[in-house]
Amino acid sequence: MAQVNTMKLKASNKQAGRKIGGTVCIFLFLLILGLFMALPIYLAVVMSIKPVEELFIFPPKLYAIEPTLENFGDMFAVLKSNQVPFSRYVFNSVFVTITVTVAQCVFGSMAAFVLAKCRFPGCKFLNSVIVIALLYQSNVIYIMQYIVMAELNMIDTYMALIFPSIASPMGLFLMRQSIGQVPDAMIDAAKVDGAGLFRICWQIVMPNQKPALMTLIIFAFQAAWNIQAGSVVFNEAYKTLPTVVQQAATSGLARAGVAMAAAVFMLVPPIVVFMIAQKNVIETMAHSGIKE
Amino acid sequence: MDKDSIGKKTRAENRRLTLLAMKQNKACYFMIAPFMIFFIIFTVIPVVMSLPMGFTDFNMAQAPKFIGLSNYTTLFLSDKIFIESIRVTIVFALFTGPVSYVLCFVLAWLINELHPKLKTIFTLIFYAPSMANVYTVWQLIFSGDTYGYINSFLMNLGLINAPIQWLTDANYVLGVSIVVQLWISLGAGFLSLRAGFQNIDGSMYEAGAIDGIRTRWQSLIHITIPSMGPQLMFAAVMQIVSSFTAGTVAQNLVGFPSTDYKAHTIMTHAFDYGWVRYEMGYASAICMVLFVAMYICNKLISRVLSKYMN
Repeated sequence: MAQVNTMKLKASNKQAGRKIGGTVCIFLFLLILGLFMALPIYLAVVMSIKPVEELFIFPPKLYAIEPTLENFGDMFAVLKSNQVPFSRYVFNSVFVTITVTVAQCVFGSMAAFVLAKCRFPGCKFLNSVIVIALLYQSNVIYIMQYIVMAELNMIDTYMALIFPSIASPMGLFLMRQSIGQVPDAMIDAAKVDGAGLFRICWQIVMPNQKPALMTLIIFAFQAAWNIQAGSVVFNEAYKTLPTVVQQAATSGLARAGVAMAAAVFMLVPPIVVFMIAQKNVIETMAHSGIKE
Repeated sequence: MDKDSIGKKTRAENRRLTLLAMKQNKACYFMIAPFMIFFIIFTVIPVVMSLPMGFTDFNMAQAPKFIGLSNYTTLFLSDKIFIESIRVTIVFALFTGPVSYVLCFVLAWLINELHPKLKTIFTLIFYAPSMANVYTVWQLIFSGDTYGYINSFLMNLGLINAPIQWLTDANYVLGVSIVVQLWISLGAGFLSLRAGFQNIDGSMYEAGAIDGIRTRWQSLIHITIPSMGPQLMFAAVMQIVSSFTAGTVAQNLVGFPSTDYKAHTIMTHAFDYGWVRYEMGYASAICMVLFVAMYICNKLISRVLSKYMN
């Protein structure tokens, strides 16, 4: 009887065998390593608020003595001097980022579900094509992509910024790996109940895939936010923030402080999205409802 | 309609059955179509167009000229820098690949043991370096004069008398590049593993506790790892790609070309021929060699992982 009681006790304690001492050790270990990891970002922030004179103090300081927003001010001053208003770049970036992120998540999840859970002619082939696309990195691809976009008259439009980033093999692969863990019994049960594939995907599988989906959102947002107009957009009105911010950092006021201000400024939105998405990941505990 | 029964039938019947299967799975094709349209136009077509480039002489101004295997023979027989770049890439991949894979997993696991609020913060701290392109900061940390953080730190401690040229000394460039690459390597693989840990059904641990699991270590080995196969595979592929194609870090940090080509990876070599000398045919031959190496490596790792998982 006593044994049954201890068993119940253990079972009710989800984190079986976890002692407080161990947790404290883990925390301290991560804290020390974390301080080390955070150093470059911390220094970037410090440099962005250091006045010019302080960059040349010896020995180099790990903090700013008289913090200033001068570098940010200079960066925005350069940005404002362009012929196109600054708000236009912000709009371009936000529009491109949101479109790419949403399209990538919706299309990618659907395709991943089919590739992970359906057997149809060609599915094995498509699955291996995705991995090959991930592994094949060549600098010639960009030229070919340019040729394709030129043929389709997409140069100098939003399409040139948005379309190439929508189908991300990495996002699909991530979702496919995660959806593959969903028990087949769950999908079969839904099929028996008469649900179509589309409904099974969005109402049964995806609600259980929050951690993977949130991770995909982080990746997609980060990649889309950094899309550079580069060689596909020459019209100033379609350029995105990374392009013009980089221009501002390197032209005229080529100072380390301004470059850092630009880097820090560009880093804020991805970090905000990251925090929201990660909070969501952690609050979810998957309950599949079916045990295998 | 399993494979074995199809295999025994005649070819015509085979085709009829495939068509039937396609018709029955119409919904699958509809759902995969939006992704595939973009994928084919912007990835598959450019990749297929770039495949034959390795057999041509292509300088972007004139039409490509077919020259057979000549690019490949030049690469392996007379391009000394390419051979050096193979060595650098292997050293780079051996150090950054496995180390950062293990690091991704261990850190993701340790973070998972903490309070939910701390999880978000620590995940951000470890992931953030891969989000930021702050090479200027790295240059400042490893700067060769006394203003460099590392030099001034070491000189303060009295360990060195004169500043070390971290970014130009042939003895250090590869090491410094590897350290920085490791620093920023907790990227996609790390986050997917974090998500994988989060996805494990809590009741598995309850069941494990009843079955006599006592320590963190036991629950990691017997419950966590076996149910994370797909995420481990994803992280492995991402790690292969990032460690084999590394090159931008070294280029931005220790300059291009680096001292004595000591941090000259295969990807840097391809960049050199592609974007500096505009010899695209030669550059794509280089990329092809790299792809084959990555493909073989991927096959080996997935075989090892799938054996372990089952």
